[in-house]
Amino acid sequence: MAQYAILIYEAEGGYAGGGQEAWQQAMEAHTRFAGQVGERGGKILGGDALEPTATATSIRGDIVTDGPFAETKEALGGFYLIEARDLDHAIEIAKLCPAPYGGVEVRPIMDTSGG
Amino acid sequence: MRTVASASDMPGARRDTGRNAIAAAVAEAHRREWAFVLAATARVTRDLDAAEECVQDAYVAALDAWARQGVPRNPGAWLTTAARHRALDTLRRDRTLRAKLPLLIVGEQSSGDRDERAEGSEVIADDRLRLIFTCCHPALAREAQVALTLRLVCGLTTAEIAKAFVVSEPTMAARVTRAKKKISAARIAYRVPEAAELPDRLDAVLTVIHLLYTTGHTDPLGSVGLVRPDLVERAIALARLLRELMPDEPEVGGLLGLILITDARRATRTDPNGGLQLLEDQDRSLWDAAAIAEGCALVTNALRRGRPGRFALQAAIAALHAEAPGYDATDWPQLLVLYDRLLRAWPSPVVALNRAVVVAMVRGPDAGLDEIARLEQDGRLAGYRYLPAAKADLLRRLNRRDEARQSYQAAFDLSENAAERAFLAGRIAEMARVGR
Repeated sequence: MAQYAILIYEAEGGYAGGGQEAWQQAMEAHTRFAGQVGERGGKILGGDALEPTATATSIRGDIVTDGPFAETKEALGGFYLIEARDLDHAIEIAKLCPAPYGGVEVRPIMDTSGG
Repeated sequence: MRTVASASDMPGARRDTGRNAIAAAVAEAHRREWAFVLAATARVTRDLDAAEECVQDAYVAALDAWARQGVPRNPGAWLTTAARHRALDTLRRDRTLRAKLPLLIVGEQSSGDRDERAEGSEVIADDRLRLIFTCCHPALAREAQVALTLRLVCGLTTAEIAKAFVVSEPTMAARVTRAKKKISAARIAYRVPEAAELPDRLDAVLTVIHLLYTTGHTDPLGSVGLVRPDLVERAIALARLLRELMPDEPEVGGLLGLILITDARRATRTDPNGGLQLLEDQDRSLWDAAAIAEGCALVTNALRRGRPGRFALQAAIAALHAEAPGYDATDWPQLLVLYDRLLRAWPSPVVALNRAVVVAMVRGPDAGLDEIARLEQDGRLAGYRYLPAAKADLLRRLNRRDEARQSYQAAFDLSENAAERAFLAGRIAEMARVGR
């Protein structure tokens, strides 16, 4: 099994505009997703939702700046760390990952153990 | 075609074959067997670069060995055994180094690739489908899919691929390296997709082969000729290989049929001076009748299976053209039926443009121009040279010469192919001539 990150990129305005109801629906969708991953033979190793980019602080060298590195329409809003057999399996799982206001990106975790 | 096999079947002919004949046999084996040998070796090395090296070495070794022992009855099996031995040697030597490399994920044997060849008691499963599907994986960019397919399945060098796509060799090398790196780092599995994924994944493979063919059919940057025979031949060989490996997939038969029938007209698409010849002006007696017959049989077969896909439908359209005794005697109403179905199966503006030309043949140029006007508004074909070219032709038929000239000019400005530009320049001059 290999490890992948599923990075959730969404327009932040989506949840703000949808209010409590949109948030509630998203939470339920993510709970369902967690169940589906196991059914498909994958495993969630970790993951979290992130506070919006308005709360981000960027640091480059010694310079501390308010805001994210890049202002984009869709921002990183959360992530999962999963285990899957191969890329096809990871994609199959990632397709189930809720992202109503955007999409997800799959990235293999680099194996740094070999040195 | 099987020159190697037939030469080695003749007793006595083997040992005294000259150096040139051996080199020719190895070259032939390179063309015919590269994919087979590499695909089988990659499953042992579980690393595409290492597999390529081992296979290269095997071909070099063949030059000597075949000169001494004669050309083997089954060159593909001989080369595979040689390459695999080399791979196992390297594996033993570099075990510690390789422990740190991400290896190809070799999935279980799927029902799709059960073509097996026997040499003595040794049975080698055919891994070519794995190789093809890996090269055309949707997680790779289309241009990377094309480059990898030419490199790994056809055995072309990076320099040859760079030349074919008019990019510098370092650019192409970087493209190939990056794609290979993604295959191993992202763990793109070396396997044939399962039934559920197969339609989408197969479509990607067919698209790559078709793209290769269309690039060769009308060289986008052609400064000399219209056609790039090398790319056309590769596309035909790939389509034949896929057909051999997946005989039951109607779209595979459809693609091969489409390419064969279209290519059957190659000789008549230009005049002796390299000038463009339109379908209506081509001498149909010079079309390759054997290729058309083979293509039409494939079309019939693909259509018989019901719910034809976009390649089978395009092939059916090509077949209808190929079987018509002349341009005016073409069954245009039937073509329109096929185009309507194709547009439903594949809602592409390019299909809609071709359909507009058929509409003009059935209902008159004005009806065709209406369709083209809709496509102009749609905007997706902005910059597509065949839109103003088709429009110009309909305007010419209506004797609206000024407008026709403007549209020919627009097509001329968009085309970079010398043969096409010469043709369009001629039409522009014709439309500008006084005495309308």
